[in-house]
Amino acid sequence: MSERVPVLKTYKQFIGGAFPRSESGRSFVLKDAKGRALANVCQGSRKDFRDAVVKARAAHKDWSGRSGYNRGQILYRLAELVEGRRDQFVAELRQQGSSAGDARKEVDATIDCLIHYAGWGDKYQQLFSTVNPVSSPHFVFSVPEPTGVVALVAPEDSALRGLVSAIAPIIVGGNCVIALASETKPLTAITFSEVCAAGDVPGGVVNILTGFRKELVAQMASHMDVNAVVYYGDNTDERKTVQAEASRNVKRVIFPDTPGENPYLIMDTQEVKTTWHPVGY
Amino acid sequence: MATALQATKPIDWSYAPAPESADPGLKKRYDLFIDGKFVPPVGGQYRTIINPAKDAPLCEVADSSPADIDRAVKAARRAYDKVWSKMPARERGKYIFRIARLLQERAREFSVAESLNGGKPIRESRDTDVPLAVAHFFYYAGWADKLDFAFPGMRAKSLGVCGQVIPWNFPLLMAAWKLAPALATGNTCVLKPAETTPVTALKLAEIIQMADLPAGVVNIVPGGRPTGATLVKHPGVDKIAFTGSTAVGKWIMNALAGTKKKYTLELGGKAANIIFEDAAIDQAVEGIINAIFFNQGHVCCAGSRLLVQEGVADTLINKLKHRMNALIVGDPLDKNTDVGAINSKEQLEKINKYLEIGQGEGAEMWQTTCPVPAKGFFCRPTLFTNVSQSHRIAQEEIFGPVLAILTFRTVDEAIEKANNTPYGLSGGVWTDKGAKIFKVTRKIRAGVIWANTFNKFDPSSPFGGYKESGMGREGGWHGLMPYVRLERI
Repeated sequence: MSERVPVLKTYKQFIGGAFPRSESGRSFVLKDAKGRALANVCQGSRKDFRDAVVKARAAHKDWSGRSGYNRGQILYRLAELVEGRRDQFVAELRQQGSSAGDARKEVDATIDCLIHYAGWGDKYQQLFSTVNPVSSPHFVFSVPEPTGVVALVAPEDSALRGLVSAIAPIIVGGNCVIALASETKPLTAITFSEVCAAGDVPGGVVNILTGFRKELVAQMASHMDVNAVVYYGDNTDERKTVQAEASRNVKRVIFPDTPGENPYLIMDTQEVKTTWHPVGY
Repeated sequence: MATALQATKPIDWSYAPAPESADPGLKKRYDLFIDGKFVPPVGGQYRTIINPAKDAPLCEVADSSPADIDRAVKAARRAYDKVWSKMPARERGKYIFRIARLLQERAREFSVAESLNGGKPIRESRDTDVPLAVAHFFYYAGWADKLDFAFPGMRAKSLGVCGQVIPWNFPLLMAAWKLAPALATGNTCVLKPAETTPVTALKLAEIIQMADLPAGVVNIVPGGRPTGATLVKHPGVDKIAFTGSTAVGKWIMNALAGTKKKYTLELGGKAANIIFEDAAIDQAVEGIINAIFFNQGHVCCAGSRLLVQEGVADTLINKLKHRMNALIVGDPLDKNTDVGAINSKEQLEKINKYLEIGQGEGAEMWQTTCPVPAKGFFCRPTLFTNVSQSHRIAQEEIFGPVLAILTFRTVDEAIEKANNTPYGLSGGVWTDKGAKIFKVTRKIRAGVIWANTFNKFDPSSPFGGYKESGMGREGGWHGLMPYVRLERI
C-alpha cells in the first residue's frame, strides 16, 4: 500500500475577507534556514494595497459602529480559534526557525494577548473619556473614537505574537487594518488570517498582505485614504520615508517600541471627540 | 395723529461711539525675549507692526535671525537642564499661577493691545481672548504637581525644549494654549508669535519677567515664516507644537521626517454647521452668526459651511440676512462693534479673491449694507447661496467673514456632506431632538462638535482635529499628553 501524499497549503493574501492571490500574479519562494523551499508566497503589489484600503474603508462604518462589548467578544473568539489551531501555529513557527519551546511560548503569548485586548473592548473608553468641568453653562464630554483605516508594517522578527499584538489594539478600538506581514516569516500571518475569516471578524476589518517592505512601505504611508500608519522596525531610511509620505494627508505616524499589552497602545490609533451642549430650560 | 407721526423724522437707531479708552501700555519698540531679558536682535532688523483698523504703524518689533533662534534654544536647554526639570513640581506650578494672576490684573490693558494689533472687537478680546488665556494658565498651573495621578500605570516625563509656532487670529490665547501645558509638564519653551501679531506675546514676556520665572524657561522670538522654519528645524528642539494652516502643517511633518522630534499640529478647518428643520430657528440664526462672524471669521473652527434642511432654508436665510444687517462693522476699540478689522492687507486680499472665485463659480453672493470705515482693512459680512459641494468656497478655508450655504433633505445626506472635506476640526448641529444630536455628532468626523451652540472654548475642554485638521489635543486632561513621554511604572 502506498503512503498517503500530504496536501500542501497554498498561502494567499487576505483582502476584504477573501483570499486572493496578488493581482500582479507575482510570488516568491520562501526558504527555511537551510535553504529548502517552504512555500510560494504572494508578492503583494501596490494595487493589492489600494484594493485592501477600499475594503477596509467600506468595512469601517459597520465595525466602528459596533459596541465595545461586541468587538471584545470577536477578539475573544479569535483567541479561542488560535488555541484550537495551536499545533498548526507551533509547526509553522518551527518552519520559520523557532525552537519547539519558543514556538509554544509564542503561541501562548499570542492567545493571552488577544484575551487581554478582548477585555479592553468596553473599558478603554472609560479610562480615556472625560466630562469637562467648563465654566459656562454647558455639558461637555470627550470620548475616544477610532481614527479610521490604519496601515501596519508588522514586526519582522516576532512573526505571530508581534503581528497579533499590533493588530489587536488597532481593531479593538474600531479601526480597520491593512497589515504587511513579516517579510521573512509570513506563514503564520496567513494562517492567522484564516482564523480571522473563521472568527466573525467582518470582511475588510483585518487585511493581511505579504511581500517586500521596500516595495510597499512608501505606498502605505502615502495613500490618501489611510488615516494612520503604525511602523515596527528600526530601518532609519524607511522611518524617514514613512514620516515624509505621511505628511501628504496629515497621517498619524506611530513608531511603537515593541508590541505590548496596555490601553495606551489602543489610544495610538484613536481620535478624541469633544461634544458641547448648552444646559438650560 | 397720523400726520404727526409722518412729520416725525425717522428714528436713528445707530449707536453713539463707545470707545474703550484704557491704556494698552505699548512700547515704541520691542526686542526679543531671550534668557529672561529683552535683547536686540543679532541682525538688527525690526519690523513695523500695523494696526489693521487704521492701516497705520503701531510699533516696531525685532525680527529674529537664525542666530537669535539658536541662542533662544540654548537658553531654553540650559534652563531645562539646570532649573526647570529639577524644580519640585509644586514650585513649578506656583510660577504658572503667578502668570495667570498677573495677567488677570492687567486684563483690560491686554485686551486693548490685542484689539489694536489684531483688529478684533474689544468685546471679544475683553470677554473671550484675555479671560480664556488667564484661565488656561490657571488650569494647567494646577496640573503641575498632579501628573503622578494623571496617567494610570504610567510615569509622565517631560520632553525638554519645545518650539512653538502660533497664528495671528488669537495671539495671546494661542500663546497661553502653548505655554501653559508645556510649562506645567516641566518643559521649557521657545515661542514664535505670528509675523503680524507679536505684541501681546511680548507684553506677556513682561508679565513673565514680573513673575520672576527662571531665565530661559520661556523665550519669545518674533519673526516671519523663515524664523518659524529655523525653529522647527533646530536640532536642539525636542518637540514642535504648531497652530496654523494645513499647508504649513504638512511642510512641518515633512521637515521633521527622519528626526526624533515629537510634534502636534492644530491646522485648518471647513466646519459644517448643520441646521435641521426641527431646530429652534431664531437660536440657530444667532449660532450661525457666532459660528462664522466671530473674530471676523479668522477662526480655524469657524462654521464656514452652512448646511440647511430644505424645508426651512428660505425662512432661515431671510432671518439670517436680517440679522446680518444688524452687525456693526468698524472700529475694533468701540464696545458696540461686532465685526472688527481683517487682520492684514494680505488676508483681506485673499478673502476678496475668494469672493471673486465664488461668484465666478456661479454661486450667488449677498453682502450686508452697513457702512464700513474708509481706511483700514474691512470686509462686509458675506454669504453665498447656490453653492455646490465642489465649489472652492465650499472646500477651501477662506478665514474670513464669508459663509457658504448648501441645503440637504435627509439626515444621512447632511452627514455625508458634512464629512465631504479633507478637514475635520469642528462641526455644529442644531435640532431640538436629543437622540438626533447624539447620532449626528457621533457620525461627524471632527474633533469638536457644538450642538445647539458654537465656538465655545474652555481650558478644561480638549480641542483639536481629525484628518487634515491636525493631531493632538490642547486643553483639558488630554492636553497634557502631547507634552509628556509616558513610561510604564
